[in-house]
Amino acid sequence: MDGLVLSPLLLSRIQFGFVISFHILFPAFTIGLAHWLAFLEWRWLRTRDAMWRDLYMFWVKIFAISFGMGVVSGIVMSFQFGTNWAVLSERAGSILGPLLSYEVLTAFFLEASFLGVMLFGWKKVSPRMHFLATCLVALGTLFSTFWILSANSWMQTPQGYTIVNGMFEPASWWRIVFNPSFPYRLAHMVLAAFITTCFVIGGVSAWYLRRGVHVGPGKRMLKLAVAFAAIAVPLQILAGDLHGLNVGKHQPVKLAAIEGHWHDEEPGKGMPLVVFALPNQKAERNDYEIAIPRLGSVVLTHSWDGTVQPLTAVPADERPPVAPVFWAFRVMVGLGVLMLLLTLASLWAWWRGWLFESKVLLQGWRLLSPAGFIALLSGWYVVEIGRQPYVIYGLLRTSDAVSPNIAAAAVLASLITYALAYAIIFGAGIWYLLKLIRRGPLPHEPAPEPGGGDKTAARPLSVGGDESDAGNRNATAESAP
Amino acid sequence: MSLDIVLPVIWFGVIGFGVLMYVLLDGFVLGLGILAPFAEDEHQLDHMMNTAAPIWDGNETWLVLGGAGLLAAFPKAYALILSALYLPVLLMLIALIFRGVAFEFRFKATRAKRFWGAAFALGSIFAAFAQGVILGALVEGMPLQGGKYLGGAFGWFSPFSMLTGIAVVFGYALLGSCWLILKTEGATQKTARTLTRPLVLVVVAFMGLVSAWLPFLDSRIMARWFEGGNFWWLSPVPLLVLVNAFALWRAAMREGRDTAPFVLTLCFFVLGFAGLVLGIWPNIVPPALSIWEAASPPSSQGFVLVGLVVLLPAILGYTYWSYSVFKGKVATDSGYH
Repeated sequence: MDGLVLSPLLLSRIQFGFVISFHILFPAFTIGLAHWLAFLEWRWLRTRDAMWRDLYMFWVKIFAISFGMGVVSGIVMSFQFGTNWAVLSERAGSILGPLLSYEVLTAFFLEASFLGVMLFGWKKVSPRMHFLATCLVALGTLFSTFWILSANSWMQTPQGYTIVNGMFEPASWWRIVFNPSFPYRLAHMVLAAFITTCFVIGGVSAWYLRRGVHVGPGKRMLKLAVAFAAIAVPLQILAGDLHGLNVGKHQPVKLAAIEGHWHDEEPGKGMPLVVFALPNQKAERNDYEIAIPRLGSVVLTHSWDGTVQPLTAVPADERPPVAPVFWAFRVMVGLGVLMLLLTLASLWAWWRGWLFESKVLLQGWRLLSPAGFIALLSGWYVVEIGRQPYVIYGLLRTSDAVSPNIAAAAVLASLITYALAYAIIFGAGIWYLLKLIRRGPLPHEPAPEPGGGDKTAARPLSVGGDESDAGNRNATAESAP
Repeated sequence: MSLDIVLPVIWFGVIGFGVLMYVLLDGFVLGLGILAPFAEDEHQLDHMMNTAAPIWDGNETWLVLGGAGLLAAFPKAYALILSALYLPVLLMLIALIFRGVAFEFRFKATRAKRFWGAAFALGSIFAAFAQGVILGALVEGMPLQGGKYLGGAFGWFSPFSMLTGIAVVFGYALLGSCWLILKTEGATQKTARTLTRPLVLVVVAFMGLVSAWLPFLDSRIMARWFEGGNFWWLSPVPLLVLVNAFALWRAAMREGRDTAPFVLTLCFFVLGFAGLVLGIWPNIVPPALSIWEAASPPSSQGFVLVGLVVLLPAILGYTYWSYSVFKGKVATDSGYH
């Protein structure tokens, strides 16, 4: 960072961090939700148990709002590279542009077109066709994740390019797409998205159970959440460990920042694992450090006395800001551990038959319902702050990537505008989501409507007293072919 | 001809096609928002928005394709245009955000329903205006020196870009009203029919103004139209516009012919778009950055083109299918159910 001067660079960085932080929450949530909806509809078609259908209709409304917010904040992202990061766009557009284009071509159109059918086509197409639409939307979210993470990973671990007159040009698309950090990041991110959604579902169910409302659906969803978490959380810890080793190999400075590892240890003593510290960038050391001897070696090198490259191995202007990376990482891992413990305890309680009676566990699920989001954002900060001062690792500095001809005042204006707009949009969005969740899944849940007309019962939030009307509509829905 | 000559030409066409698709498809959705103030009550606005609720998202995706495609194929142009037009692009994005979430939020809101109705209207109006300004500024040209834009933060601000900004607002409104003639019946359709004729007049007037102004912006455009006998084989374009306008004028009020106005308006836009592109070609950023200078290497343009050849037909196919799922008139009272 360049001090406290409000330069276009600093403002652009704040703006990018701000808009992407808001944006990333919604795609992450909808990746998981789309698959959850595909699962629910599959169960409904298989069993014809109306509760599955009601759950689908409940969650699809939450999906619609979240997806809408993901779309509108995503459009900002696709233009932001040009408005604020013109040099990055010009120099690396030949590589990043095609990856993003493939995202649009394989994912965005697929999601957008079938979303309409998924939301409003319940009675317009056959049940199988509707299920196919849901599955294609889910598939679209995965395609999207694939390409955007490939692009992001390429910026972290670039390969398969040549540089001609300062411009990055593709030499091997295979090597660009499947760059070294991509498979690990993709696995880590997809699991993170699934787990985020899983803990929302579990948290919402636990909240219903605690209050004694929607008990049937609550129990069903909580069991599914526990079962899914039991598989996904351990897998995520494994994926995270592998990703960490990959970072150590390709971005050693980032790893050193994560560990708060400033200097080489004496030979043979191994590396400690720093649990708590206040990293001091200027003095190149940790203040108030609490560390466990040798554990760092075990975790990072899977050996008793292995070491990794310390921060001081590179000049000070090649190091990222250590404290945010160090702390964001600990928040992520801390939440991961909490999620694992809760999952294990819930499994045990389920096996012993008192999962739904345990106030502590239900409260735990409720409290951890936003844990996935926070962990995901923290992880994202580790990735993005940890690669600084580079935007394309080792090749293009962030400070050289910013648009040369934008005025600080213009960027300040845009930053304030985005902040205000997002406060309104996301404030309202989250409010409507919470309202939907508070109402919960009702029996004979009507399908979502684009809004129309008098039959307010069909509008999720105006349901009030006309459930009988909803019931009637449901009867016709059931009898439809 | 070698790839680095041919590919940029193809990509100019692809991006032109993407932008045109966006203008046509999101144009009528934005048009609904622009016409929202003319809705008699909240019910009628419900009705208007219902006609687009299942498809607006796909329509907007063409804009994202335009953006990503431009980055992939002409990174220099992408960097230049977006950073030079920083403020109009910001206005467009913010407006599109409010317009987009209004679809979701307005129907979930009880007390704030009017607020989101206003967000839908203002978002649509400003998005359309900003797009017109961007278009105008681009056609007018961006002075460069050593690859850097000379215009400053308000370089896009000119009488011409203001004119195109307002012209696009009215143009989209016309698309919107003709879409409503196609998709609705009763009171909403009647409102749309009444609005269509005045809109045709206004849009023809704006097209005339812009066309008359264009040749004076730049000797290059003047030359394209009036030198070497070009005028003779280009003259059908303005003529077609007039014939088209006349047909549209007649179709607007004719009961029972509900498809014709929309189709004619689409033709209207295609002609206008062609006229503007003709002024830009072979530049991607007039007056001096040609498509070949701005192009990414053939390995980039070729890589995406392969995917495009395979995926674009599929996209057009399922887009058509998703429209056909929601075909026919949209009822006033019950939405889609």
